[in-house]
Amino acid sequence: MLHKRMTDSAMKGLLMACALASVAIVAMIGIFTLREAMPAFEQIGLWKLLTGTIWRPGPGLFGLLPMIAGSGLVTLGAIVLGLPLALGCGIFLAEIAPGWVCSIVRPSVELLAGIPSVVYGLFGMVVLVPFVRSIQFPGNAGFGLLSASIVLAVMILPTIASVSEVAIRAVPDEYRHGALALGSTRWETIRKVILPAARSGILSAVVLGTGRALGETIAMIMVIGNSVMMPSAMGGPFPGIFLSRARTLTGNIAVEINYATGLHAHALFATGVVLFLLIMIINSSARALMSRSSSGRRG
Amino acid sequence: MKHALLTAMAVAALFAFGARGSSASDNEITIVGSTTVQPLAELLGNAFEEMHPGVTITVSGGGSSVGISTIGAGNCDIGTASREITSDEFSRYPNMKDFVIARDGIAIITNTGNTVTNLSKNQVRDIFTGDITNWSEVGGPNASIVVVSREEGSGTRAAFEEMVLASAAMITGLAILQPSNGAVMTTVSTTPNSVGFVSFGYLNDTVKTIAINGVEPTAANASAGRYPIVRPLNMLTDGEPTGVLKDFIDFVMGPQGQAIVSSEGYLSIL
Repeated sequence: MLHKRMTDSAMKGLLMACALASVAIVAMIGIFTLREAMPAFEQIGLWKLLTGTIWRPGPGLFGLLPMIAGSGLVTLGAIVLGLPLALGCGIFLAEIAPGWVCSIVRPSVELLAGIPSVVYGLFGMVVLVPFVRSIQFPGNAGFGLLSASIVLAVMILPTIASVSEVAIRAVPDEYRHGALALGSTRWETIRKVILPAARSGILSAVVLGTGRALGETIAMIMVIGNSVMMPSAMGGPFPGIFLSRARTLTGNIAVEINYATGLHAHALFATGVVLFLLIMIINSSARALMSRSSSGRRG
Repeated sequence: MKHALLTAMAVAALFAFGARGSSASDNEITIVGSTTVQPLAELLGNAFEEMHPGVTITVSGGGSSVGISTIGAGNCDIGTASREITSDEFSRYPNMKDFVIARDGIAIITNTGNTVTNLSKNQVRDIFTGDITNWSEVGGPNASIVVVSREEGSGTRAAFEEMVLASAAMITGLAILQPSNGAVMTTVSTTPNSVGFVSFGYLNDTVKTIAINGVEPTAANASAGRYPIVRPLNMLTDGEPTGVLKDFIDFVMGPQGQAIVSSEGYLSIL
C-alpha cells in the first residue's frame, strides 16, 4: 500500500517537473535575452532605440523604427490578404462542406501549415517576386512588402482557418435552428447569427495568426529585400508603400547576428526583447479572447 | 528496462558522433568564412584530399567577419576573409595568424538587359551611395537603378566600400541586401536594371560586367595594376599551424595551390 502511494507521489513529482521545465525554459530565455540587451538599453537608451529611424551599425546608429514599421506593415498586409481567405475557409469547413469535401480540404489546409518556411521563401523568391516586379511603379524591384505579405498570408491561413472553424463549430446549434426557423437563409444565418456569436473565437484566431506572422524569419529574409530604410511610397500614392523594400525585426536579427560584436550584438538582443514583448502581449490577448469565447455567451 | 538501456546507448552514440570538436585532428580541417574564398577553398581542399587520402576538408561560408570571429574563438581550423584584417581585430584575437593566399578583384555587374558598359569610379560611387538613381544619368535607359549589396559583415562589401566609396559615404539604405556572392549573382541576373558587386571568381554569363574607366574586370588587368578594385584573400589560423594544417597552408601558398588559384580567375601571390 505504501509502495503504491510512493509511486503515485513520485509520478506526480516527475510530471510536475516536466511542466515546470517549460516555465523554466521560457523564463531562462527571457532573462538571458534581457540581460544581453541591457547594455544596449543603457548605452543607446530605450526611447532612441525604439524611435530612431537609422540603423547603421558601422557608425553606431541603432534605430529600430524602420524594422518595427516593416514588421507592422507586413503583418497588416498578411492579415488584410489572408483573413478573408482563411475565414472563408473556416466557414466553409464548419458550415457548408459535406463530409467528403471536408476530408479533402482539411488535410490540404493542415499540409499548408506543415510546409517549412524556407520552402515558402523559395516559392516567394522564384514565383512571387518576378510577378510583383511586373507592377509598374517607381523603384519596384519585386522584393518588398507586397511579396512578403502574400507569402505570410499563405503561411497564416491554416492557423486562422482551423481556429475559426473550431470557434464556429462551437456556436450552439440552437442559434442556427432559431435563425432558420425564423426564415433566414443559410447565408443570413451565417452572417448575422453565427459569425457574431463566434466573434471572440475568430478574433483570437486573428491574434494567433498575427503572432505567427510577427515571428516569421526565413521566408521574410528571402523576399522582403532587407533594406534598412523606412518603408516609403517613393513619391507615388500611399498604397505604393507596399511595393517598398523593408526589413522585419526578425530579419534584422537573423541577417546580422552572425558577425555582430559589442554594442551591435547587444542592440540585436534588444531587438529580440522587443519581439519577445510583442509576442507576449499578442499571446495573452489571444488566451483572454479564447477563454471568453469558450465560456460561452448565453441569452 | 530493456528499452531504457537501448535508448541510453542510442543517445550516447549520437553524442559520440556529434562531439567532434574543432581542433584539427589528424585528418580533418574545417574552413569557415568568406563566400569569396569559399569556392577556391573547396577546389584547394579537393586537390589536397586527393594527395592525402584520409584527410577531409569541409568548407562553409557566412562572410568574412564570421570567418574572423569563428577562428578567433577557436571554433574552426581555418577562418577565411576577403578583406584586410583590421588592427582592432588583431588586438581582439592576438593569437591569430594571417596568410595571404591570393588576391581578387571585385567586379561591378549588371543585368544582361542593361545597355551600360562603362562607368567612371565616381559614377560607381554615386550609384551605390544613392546619389545617382536613374540609369539615364550615366548613359543608359530611363529606369530606376536597383542597387544590390551584401550584408555589413561581408569582406567583399568592406573592401568595396574602402576602395570605391569616399571615407564617410555609405551604401544607400534602399539597397537589397543579399548574404553571399552567389545570392548577389542570382539577384542581379534576374532583376532588370540592377547593379551589384561580386568577386571575380563568381563571374559567369548570367550577368554583364561593367568596365571602370575603360578597364575591363579581368585577372590580367588586375594583376597588371590597371583595375582599381583588388583585395587580398586571407586564410587565418589560431596560432602557428602544425601538422596537417601546416601542410595544407604550405600547399595552398606553393606552386600547386597557386596554379589552382590562377585557373579560377583569382590572382596568384607568386
